[in-house]
Amino acid sequence: MLTKRIIPCLDIKDGRTVKGVQFENIRDAGDPVELAKWYAQQGADELVFLDITATNEGRKTFAQLVRDIARHIDIPFTVGGGIGSVADVEVLLQNGADKVSINSSAIKNPQLVEELARHFGSQCVTVAIDTKYTEATGWKVYTRAGTVETEHRTVDWAKQVVGLGAGEILLTSMNNDGTKAGFALDITREVAQAVSVPVIASGGAGRMEHFADAFLKAHADAALAASLFHFRELAIPDLKQYLKQQGVEVRLHQDLHD
Amino acid sequence: MDLVIVDYKAGNVQSVQFALERLGVQATLSSDAETIKAADKVIFPGVGQAASAMGQLKSRNLDKLLPTLEQPFFGVCLGMQLLCRHSEEGDTDLLNIIPLPVKHFETDLKVPHMGWNQLEGLQSPLFNGINEKEYVYYVHSYYVPVSEFTIAQTSYPEPFSAALQYKNFYAAQFHPEKSGPAGSQILKNFLAL
Repeated sequence: MLTKRIIPCLDIKDGRTVKGVQFENIRDAGDPVELAKWYAQQGADELVFLDITATNEGRKTFAQLVRDIARHIDIPFTVGGGIGSVADVEVLLQNGADKVSINSSAIKNPQLVEELARHFGSQCVTVAIDTKYTEATGWKVYTRAGTVETEHRTVDWAKQVVGLGAGEILLTSMNNDGTKAGFALDITREVAQAVSVPVIASGGAGRMEHFADAFLKAHADAALAASLFHFRELAIPDLKQYLKQQGVEVRLHQDLHD
Repeated sequence: MDLVIVDYKAGNVQSVQFALERLGVQATLSSDAETIKAADKVIFPGVGQAASAMGQLKSRNLDKLLPTLEQPFFGVCLGMQLLCRHSEEGDTDLLNIIPLPVKHFETDLKVPHMGWNQLEGLQSPLFNGINEKEYVYYVHSYYVPVSEFTIAQTSYPEPFSAALQYKNFYAAQFHPEKSGPAGSQILKNFLAL
């Protein structure tokens, strides 16, 4: 049976992980490769690396980092941040990334999704959607790191990008992000039921129950979290054992050694 | 051992090369017919779209060469599908080394079939040391039905060919290079054939 995926997300700036990551048994927790290897051993199903570097110099560092990650880890990973063209994606895939995630550039130019799908196949094109709910607007799509409201209704936008060739949706609720009060189950369920491709729930994970809810109540295919894992508030082997007990199909692999 | 990865601009060749490096094996990337023909073993990765991949093979005359190879050969993901006869993806004629169709998933489940799923019915030295129901990583929208050439199955929701063998041609729909320790073992097993 296909399993639900648990995905730690690492923010990268100038080739280093940001957010003070706390790990005792990692020599250099600022080193994304060390951290990635550790997560892979813990049973993470995939990893996401988000480049939040603003400079061109930093972007070159990121491409080099992608290569280092691909060299050292044996699970799939997605990279995102600042991708605006077919050429950008080509560099990242050639360096060993499995998937790319695009966000604001898809809003600016939806045809980019189609171009990427045609060049590289839908399977490596993830569209990240930042969404926010207000009483007045309902769930709308936001762009530019969640600072600017767009005209798109979230479900409509998800359907549109899937129609253009997106192979996966990474849905982040800005209302929930950072709250540790749980994923936004309503919009996640709505998007998961509206599109034919896998949906990753993101934003709001604080406890193990939240992951069970995302999978069992909102029908997400994967769930992503960052600080919860980085700060060791939740260990992936414990989370997976719990999910299994709750009746969620997860990969409990043979080598969950530390 | 002289190991060549077929490089035809339609593959995650880098990921496969890195996976072999982690096993301590250096592989040569090549699209040159003589180099490929002379190799002890050949790995044929692939991601992307069937028709454009066939175009890349044809432009390098590899569509003529690959079916003639006699050394152990390992097609991965799209590299497995390309060994078959015909794909529904873009109504594309393939290399026709293994006389099987490639079909699109018609299911209420999510497509692409993306993530970790289980291997069953293992019957090949390719799976030495691998347990039934071991998890491997998949990402694909097209599949090869179960046939007499199937050496492992996975279900989504119906069983399909997780791996094939016909003569010296081995192939896997999943990504051994991205399937953790189990994937490494499968690559190692291929190298030991």
